[in-house]
Amino acid sequence: MSASKEKYTEAQYLEAIEYQPKTGTGKIANYVDTRVGGTSIVREFGRKVFPDHWTFMFGEVALYSFIITVISGAFLTFWFDPSMATTRYSGSYAPLQGLEMSMAYATSLELSFDVRGGLFMRQLHHWGALMFVLAMSVHMIRVFFTGAFRKPRELNWVVGATLLVLGLAAGFTGYSLPDEVLSGNGLRIIDGMLKAIPVVGTYISFFLFGGEFPGNEVIPRLYALHIFVIPALLLILIAVHLFLVVMHKHTQYPGPGRTQRNVVGYPIGPVYAAKAGGFFFIVLGVLSLLAGTFQINALWNYGPYDPSPVQAGTQPDWYIGWFDGVLRIMPGFIGNIPLEFVLPTPWGGNSVATPVLVPMIPITVLLLGVFVWPWLETWITGDKREHHLLDRPRNAPTRTAFGVAMVVWYLVMWGAASSDLMATHFALSLNDVIYWLRAAFFLGPIIAYLLTKRICLALQRKDREVALHGHEAGVIEVSADGEFHEQHKLPNEHELWTLVSYEAPAPSGPRPNAKGKITAVEKVRARLNRIWFEDRVEPVSREEYLEAIGHHGESPAGLEAAQSRQAITSGAPADSR
Amino acid sequence: MKALSQKRRHPFAFVALLLLGLLVTGGLYAAATTVNQAQASNTPDGFSSEQVDEGERLFVANCASCHGMNAEGSDAGPSLVGVGAASVEFQVGTGRMPMQMSGPQAQQKPPQFNEEQTTQLAAYVASLGAGPGIPDDEWLDVDEGDPARGGELFRINCAMCHNAAGAGGALTEGKYAPSLHGVDEVHIYTAMTTGPQNMPVFNDANIPPEDKRDIIAFLKTYEQQGSPGGFSLGFLGPVSEGLLIWTLGLALLIGSMVWLTSRSS
Repeated sequence: MSASKEKYTEAQYLEAIEYQPKTGTGKIANYVDTRVGGTSIVREFGRKVFPDHWTFMFGEVALYSFIITVISGAFLTFWFDPSMATTRYSGSYAPLQGLEMSMAYATSLELSFDVRGGLFMRQLHHWGALMFVLAMSVHMIRVFFTGAFRKPRELNWVVGATLLVLGLAAGFTGYSLPDEVLSGNGLRIIDGMLKAIPVVGTYISFFLFGGEFPGNEVIPRLYALHIFVIPALLLILIAVHLFLVVMHKHTQYPGPGRTQRNVVGYPIGPVYAAKAGGFFFIVLGVLSLLAGTFQINALWNYGPYDPSPVQAGTQPDWYIGWFDGVLRIMPGFIGNIPLEFVLPTPWGGNSVATPVLVPMIPITVLLLGVFVWPWLETWITGDKREHHLLDRPRNAPTRTAFGVAMVVWYLVMWGAASSDLMATHFALSLNDVIYWLRAAFFLGPIIAYLLTKRICLALQRKDREVALHGHEAGVIEVSADGEFHEQHKLPNEHELWTLVSYEAPAPSGPRPNAKGKITAVEKVRARLNRIWFEDRVEPVSREEYLEAIGHHGESPAGLEAAQSRQAITSGAPADSR
Repeated sequence: MKALSQKRRHPFAFVALLLLGLLVTGGLYAAATTVNQAQASNTPDGFSSEQVDEGERLFVANCASCHGMNAEGSDAGPSLVGVGAASVEFQVGTGRMPMQMSGPQAQQKPPQFNEEQTTQLAAYVASLGAGPGIPDDEWLDVDEGDPARGGELFRINCAMCHNAAGAGGALTEGKYAPSLHGVDEVHIYTAMTTGPQNMPVFNDANIPPEDKRDIIAFLKTYEQQGSPGGFSLGFLGPVSEGLLIWTLGLALLIGSMVWLTSRSS
């Protein structure tokens, strides 16, 4: 790439053509280089610098879990038959002997009991899938709270959010394949949700299931989605995601020497590549450990699918839990008034299943909110600059508080999916658990917002305190004239950099448009902007710092000199400013 | 057919139809109840009068404060007339009675009476009125049962409260269906015939003794097989799996991430 811009002399060309490698590795390298241009690839990617921080590795975990899931899934396809044709079970699991069931369930049982290593691979596939969505979720939370989604990375954030939604779809279609009672109940809920959609709901459900639920079509269709369509989309989007990461360069935490224009870290080759390669095997090891020692989805318990039985403890996998939970906390009646009603229509009335439709609102709001957040935040703050340095979460108090509120909202819905187990395991009344969850659904995010914002501001004030007066050393000194004071240890320049290098702009107020008018939308924006910025802790300025140093009875011998001092004994009690 | 359609407007046609209807329902009911009774009393009350007397003494000393001096019931406890020996076998044999404390339902605890005393109490309660008896050993012999059929019956009749793996589940207002792991055969059987706490009664017309034996055989087979895939995580399904991946799984990976990135700095 960069090589093509350079000018070469005739002699250099000849030297390159006549080059004869001497070592074995050299011969292989030269063979590859002369045919596919390995040098330029290594030059471009091998020198790519990535910053090192443990929170940057969740995306890697997601990628590796995905690879592990694809490999173990390929193994499963060799035996699994996604057919709803009935058969009589004759495998080695005694308690299901002779029962009528679909080929899908029979082959899942065969994989579990009669294929060597089949149960391990099934469990590896399932644990891998749980880890895949988990890692994507934690990665997204990390990106959100550090502000890594800001310009120029908004589109990659959207790609990531799409990957998460696809991950949910991949997981749910896989969960539904074995055709036992547990997954059948899950599909029945999906069927109910589809049918609740006014007018078109029944049509969509009939198209999906090929007639009335459960029909004979849905497992093969879900299988096609699960092993072909969704993984293909995931692969393409993962490629786009990684390409954009390389193009944008990785973000980094603020620190000495780290600016908007550089990346401080290690190049991919050789250190980072070795670490990443090794990390793949760590992820594989952890997932194999889980797969080998912890049973997951014991599908032989649930029995062949039959629409009549419903079993206690029927839950979806964790990432679909919040769909289930929000349905569980939605009341069907308020007092004696049913929330489901019939809309009178000329053809006799349509039932409106409010208790199923209303729970879709928070789910839609949260998912859509994830997609539009980067633009929403830019619109509110008016910040259209590029950001390659991450925010420490405390330095963006409103975003952090809002994010925590949304996480709490999600957690309440997610937790509600295990309301029955909370009741049995903590000896509570199931009804009370539901009432508390309903209260937490509305109050939880508000309390979380207020608390988080206060905690962030308090941490920022603490940072100011440390930057200006140093850490309390825990040593009390008595001066000759009997005055007590505590020793303070000033932060070193590395720490000081982290403590003071952030922005806390003031609210900007409404701005008139080109015609000089302040529109209603602009007023809303200004209001949100005020909420966003009005509580703020300003970073320590140079003047303040110098004054604080002077205040401590020391001669202001220049910022640099003061910073480089490891320890300074304060001449005044800590609370005098 | 023509004669019938002509006579359908006869003044007595309605009376005739009503009589026919009553006869059919009455006859069916009589047939159904005799089936129940015939099956329910298939265990002979082979108790001696000594056992009954001894049982009454135990009852007066331990149970009468709630159930009344003659087991007629009080505000604190129901009448025991007609609950049968099976109820005593279940409630006293599993330690639920005498009740440790009042609450949504009686908690299981180590039994307070030995086998002999439990039988004596059962003899006394059985003497008060006819009720489900203690099953014969043949209905508890799991080797005779068919676990596959029992599993199917279990999933249709029991799993909605007790969980597909018999791990138990929540009911309303703090009540719950307990775990069935490690429960004696006779207690599974008597629970079905008497319907303790919030459990419905599965009498011999609903589930014949052979089928009850199949269900017990399924539960015992299930208990013996353990969990083929490793630690069972309480047989609770996706919730405990989700908890494990978010705790142990995530902790192991974060640990290795911190380790991998700590070397450079």
